[in-house]
Amino acid sequence: MKKQLLVIGNGMVGQHFIEQFLDAADGDSWEIRVLGEEAYAAYDRVHLSEYFERGQAEDLLLADPAFYQGNKIQLHLNEQALKVDPQARKVTTSKGSYDYDQLVLATGSYPFVPPIEGKDLPHCLVYRTLDDLDAIKASAEGKTKGVVVGGGLLGLEAAHALQKLGLEASVVEFAPRLMPVQLDAEAGKLLRQKIEDLGVKVYTEKATQLIRPGDEHRLCMEFSDSSHLETDLIVFSAGIRPQDALGREAGLKLGERGGILVDNACRTSDPNIYAIGECAIWNNQHFGLVAPGYQMARTAAAAINGDSSVTFTGADMSTKLKLLGVDVGSIGDAHVTTPGAQTYRYLNEIDGIYYKLVVSEDHKKLLGAILVGDNAPYDTLLQYALNGIDLPEQPEALILPSNAGGPPALGADALPDEASICSCHNVTKGDIREAMNDGIMSLGDLKTTTKASTGCGGCAAMLKTVFENELESRGVSVDRSLCEHFSYTRQELFHLVQVEGIRSFEELLEKHGKGGGCEICKPTVASILASCWNEHVHEEPHVSLQDTNDTFMANMQKNGTYSVVPRIPGGEITPEMLIKIGEVGKKYQLYTKITGGQRIDLFGATLDELPLIWEELIAAGFETGHAYGKSLRTVKSCVGNTWCRYGVQDSVSMAIFLENRYKGLRSPHKIKMAVSGCTRECAEAQSKDIGVIATENGWNLFVCGNGGMRPRHADLFATDLSDEELIATIDRVLMFYVRTGDRLQRTSVWLENLEGGLNYLKEVVLEDSLGLGAELEAQMQQVVDTYQCEWKTAIEDPSKRKRFRSYVNADEPRRARIQLVEERGQLIPVRDITEEEVA
Amino acid sequence: MNSAHLNAAQWHPVCRLDDLVANSGVVAWLDAQPAALFWLPDQEPAIYALAHYDPLGKAEVLAHGLVCESQGEWSVASPLYKQRYRLTDGQCLEEESIKVRTWPVRLVGAEVEVYY
Repeated sequence: MKKQLLVIGNGMVGQHFIEQFLDAADGDSWEIRVLGEEAYAAYDRVHLSEYFERGQAEDLLLADPAFYQGNKIQLHLNEQALKVDPQARKVTTSKGSYDYDQLVLATGSYPFVPPIEGKDLPHCLVYRTLDDLDAIKASAEGKTKGVVVGGGLLGLEAAHALQKLGLEASVVEFAPRLMPVQLDAEAGKLLRQKIEDLGVKVYTEKATQLIRPGDEHRLCMEFSDSSHLETDLIVFSAGIRPQDALGREAGLKLGERGGILVDNACRTSDPNIYAIGECAIWNNQHFGLVAPGYQMARTAAAAINGDSSVTFTGADMSTKLKLLGVDVGSIGDAHVTTPGAQTYRYLNEIDGIYYKLVVSEDHKKLLGAILVGDNAPYDTLLQYALNGIDLPEQPEALILPSNAGGPPALGADALPDEASICSCHNVTKGDIREAMNDGIMSLGDLKTTTKASTGCGGCAAMLKTVFENELESRGVSVDRSLCEHFSYTRQELFHLVQVEGIRSFEELLEKHGKGGGCEICKPTVASILASCWNEHVHEEPHVSLQDTNDTFMANMQKNGTYSVVPRIPGGEITPEMLIKIGEVGKKYQLYTKITGGQRIDLFGATLDELPLIWEELIAAGFETGHAYGKSLRTVKSCVGNTWCRYGVQDSVSMAIFLENRYKGLRSPHKIKMAVSGCTRECAEAQSKDIGVIATENGWNLFVCGNGGMRPRHADLFATDLSDEELIATIDRVLMFYVRTGDRLQRTSVWLENLEGGLNYLKEVVLEDSLGLGAELEAQMQQVVDTYQCEWKTAIEDPSKRKRFRSYVNADEPRRARIQLVEERGQLIPVRDITEEEVA
Repeated sequence: MNSAHLNAAQWHPVCRLDDLVANSGVVAWLDAQPAALFWLPDQEPAIYALAHYDPLGKAEVLAHGLVCESQGEWSVASPLYKQRYRLTDGQCLEEESIKVRTWPVRLVGAEVEVYY
């Protein structure tokens, strides 16, 4: 009989425990059961407020639903544990009871609601779970004001969430400043100013005495200083308390202020019961962050498997985060409690930046730090503090602006092997070196193997530095050559073509390459030449460079025939045009299917049929759809405010405009766009390279999303843009991608690899930090101005048309050699016999 | 063997040089099957004839692949799954056991002739 492992709680830490346990355990000897009282499997509570942008619990889930089944884990959701009997080793739940050999309590915490009269009135809520968010959303519907009680980290998050729901948000804090635990008075003041600039009202030193029904709004809060505040809803976010009820009733030892006491192995006072995360207390300390919870999860997983080498001995509580878009960081002894400690401070009221360094008595070690306004120095400072690295001669240089000489760089060399690079997954510099000793040579593989940077992602830049430094120290120079013919990246080639005005592959090869070219460099260069000069693919110098799809301006299918996709901008089409497509499909016996991009694909055309088909389509007013090119595919749209009751802008007209503007643009990979007429997002714009969502005031722009093999939600890039601003911004983003993207790199991967990420892209595009804005727009305008329908040009030119002969020496119809069968009233390629057997 | 198959192979004119496309391929019909003709004006020999049928992709497509050079050797990459076939002898560079047929080809004046 297998041993029974029971885990109560399926939050972030509980989930991490399961993953760690599966890694460490002999899977066949344990039966794992997980109880979760919420309706959802473990989700990302750190990014809870994104639920309002994305609206789907699924987007926040930590594990694929198949994870539990695949690992034979019995996941009981919606099932609350009621009682633990340590003697009988049995847990009773709302639905049954289960025996255990080992029990792990990962019950987390609950929001603390101060004992204020009226706190239980309707529309007094908390901010902790997805259900809480649903309740907040329902309460906010049609209302205008919301108040958060608590100006700590979670309270500010909650205020952000209220803003996202369109409420005027206020924060009420008992202490004299925001985030009193992490920040000092100066930092709190600056943060307050920044947050007020963002439209959140802040009230400090306010003690709420009474909540009563309001006069103009639902509720009225009365404060001890006799002032009052009216609001439609209140969210309590005044701290958390360990959820220790099960442990308390089971007679487990508790901490002085609650929480289940654990030792260095995360074991409770009962040797068969472990407690991890926010329900646990270690050395009378409570850890309300996810990284220490993960460390506890690892410790318990190892202990249950008999491995005592992993222990939990406290955790670093440094934090770096973005609150309502404002960088805030706090490291170590931020409040200068160490005897003899002294500080360096930098305050820049103009740009809203505050830094404080707390150094040891001898000025040699960094003990703590506070950052507001810009977290750029955080990673370096954290390494100094955690690893006890000697500070440079003048420590203030670490926080002074770079025009004062710049901070002395902390090279990855200076870090000891024990230096923690990724605190979510406890990966040290030594782990990274070891992985590289075992042959890992790419950043991607390194992340997969060590899991570094796959948690919160905050250490991505540091990881890359360490990785590159290690490569260098091994004498490895990273070869980024496109192929054997060009020792340049796509970006470098683009630059050469543009700056030297190179117009052909031959010329580029002669000046900067060697050999004859291949299937990698030819299409890449063809695409660069097209982005720069926009000449027809059939012009003499380009004709032999194209992949077959580009050459014949159609998509080759498995049997050697081609498919034809006319452009249907925005998915809008007249009945007459639809009939015309039907007529053409019928005449040439083409298999016809609606695509995911709101247009129609006609399959099974032979080479010699392509110009004939296009002659008819062009006569009917169609244009090429570029379905074959690394270029703009479609701009999907919903019907918008033209018809829809909920639409707030004309999404169809915008989609048609965008599709017509960017059609034909050659890029590193295909580009998809969508325009939704309201936040219901029926056009699924957030899964596109460029996604546009209508707002009451204009358009919100999302960038670098992806569906397909590796889905990625697009990032919100700019809000409430006018039509003109929207176009200019998209021009810049797209042209910057076209210039700097790698070969066959979609925008999603491009952004992830862009040093500085989304913020850098925003700087370049929105703040014009490189001074390239006008140039990018002009280059895009040039592409727009030189657009031609490639098919129209091709069918009108006999020399180009010649290319579409099936045989140079026979008029025999090509179709005779292609075997087709009928299925559901259409012709399809005859199925492979082996394929049928398998099916 | 019957006499129909005893017809000895000989040179057949199949098309003119200006039917070919420089550094790319076209298809010519050879009696019972299609051949892919490639023209590399700067190489010696300049014209190559390979089977048009790609045995790995299982379709007649090779003439429409990209012509590529590696270590001085010229090949065509199938447009279906990108395996390369050497122009001189039809050897697949990715799969040793796969080779497609080639034919001798020559230029007589402006006339392209294939030996089959």
